[in-house]
Amino acid sequence: MYIVIVGGGKVGYYLAKQLLAEGHEVLIIEKDRKKEEALIAELGEISLRGDGTETWVMQKAGLSRAEIVIAVTGDDEDNLMICQMAKNKFAIKRTIARINNPKNEHIFRLLGIDTTVSTTDLILAQIEREIPAHSLVHLMTLREAGAAIVEARVPDDSPAVGMELRELNLPEDFVMPLIIRNGKGIIPNAGTVLNSGDEVVAVTTLENENRLVQVLNGNR
Amino acid sequence: MKVIILGCGRLGAYLAQVLDQQQHQVTIIDRNSDSFNRLPPEFRGTILLGVGIDEDVLRRAGIEHADAFIAATNGDNTNAMAAEIARLVFQVPKVIARLYDPVRADTFREFGVIETVCPTVMSADKITELLMDGKK
Repeated sequence: MYIVIVGGGKVGYYLAKQLLAEGHEVLIIEKDRKKEEALIAELGEISLRGDGTETWVMQKAGLSRAEIVIAVTGDDEDNLMICQMAKNKFAIKRTIARINNPKNEHIFRLLGIDTTVSTTDLILAQIEREIPAHSLVHLMTLREAGAAIVEARVPDDSPAVGMELRELNLPEDFVMPLIIRNGKGIIPNAGTVLNSGDEVVAVTTLENENRLVQVLNGNR
Repeated sequence: MKVIILGCGRLGAYLAQVLDQQQHQVTIIDRNSDSFNRLPPEFRGTILLGVGIDEDVLRRAGIEHADAFIAATNGDNTNAMAAEIARLVFQVPKVIARLYDPVRADTFREFGVIETVCPTVMSADKITELLMDGKK
């Protein structure tokens, strides 16, 4: 399948690499000379230098023969123009656009661009997945000492609720000097029992900082 | 008439001045504050700093109540996209985009939802006309 990618930045590069590996015929249009030279060095002669929103560049790329046109530049207005010209001037059936500002997805859809990929939305979704609901708050990070002071809240459904601190499976280099309960600070000892809603402050090495969240959330 | 002009370059600034003199209510948007220096001191319209393809910026410019939207930045793609947002998202009755590229201007005239003005074609036509005049 002949696929034309407009934009030879990181997204365009890795996309082309992947599609080539899958056996497709790929052409990247990139206007920056340095970027284009890097593409050639890495992937071979699969690029065309020029402004991919210009009709003559599209013609030179043999766009009308392409089955898919993918616009992945860093500018939404350029990606929109590429897809619109590809659809209306070159009768490309399938156009895919990268969207940088999630708010623009709406207008792309109204204008009939087949598929949109919002990089910002994807990254955001990924971050939200990675950060557990009861996340760790960094109060202070002492990078040189390799230590951090962190705070986390004990969730209502935490397996740690009702347990004494000594029963929690905490690593050795992990100190819990303070618990804030109903707005009041408590200096805990090994026999202190955790309540739900407690804010726990801990001093930990950087490697072990996530143990606090794991212990409080039951290794989720 | 309430008119929003995007881009305070030569065309935008001049157009803003003309429409302002004709008693229209003009709002002009540019992403570079220096551009507003092109406006004459007697300009009574509103100036707004911002990116014209951002719906929030357009809303702040009062696009929901605008009678016309003119995209006159120096980027064809920005003009096309801003104009399409004005037409499709905000249903502005009159939307005009300046496109330098004759092919793009043509294509948008055919399939597009916006009106286009192509200064390249207009200038070329005028110049050829003047050349022919000299021949007579």
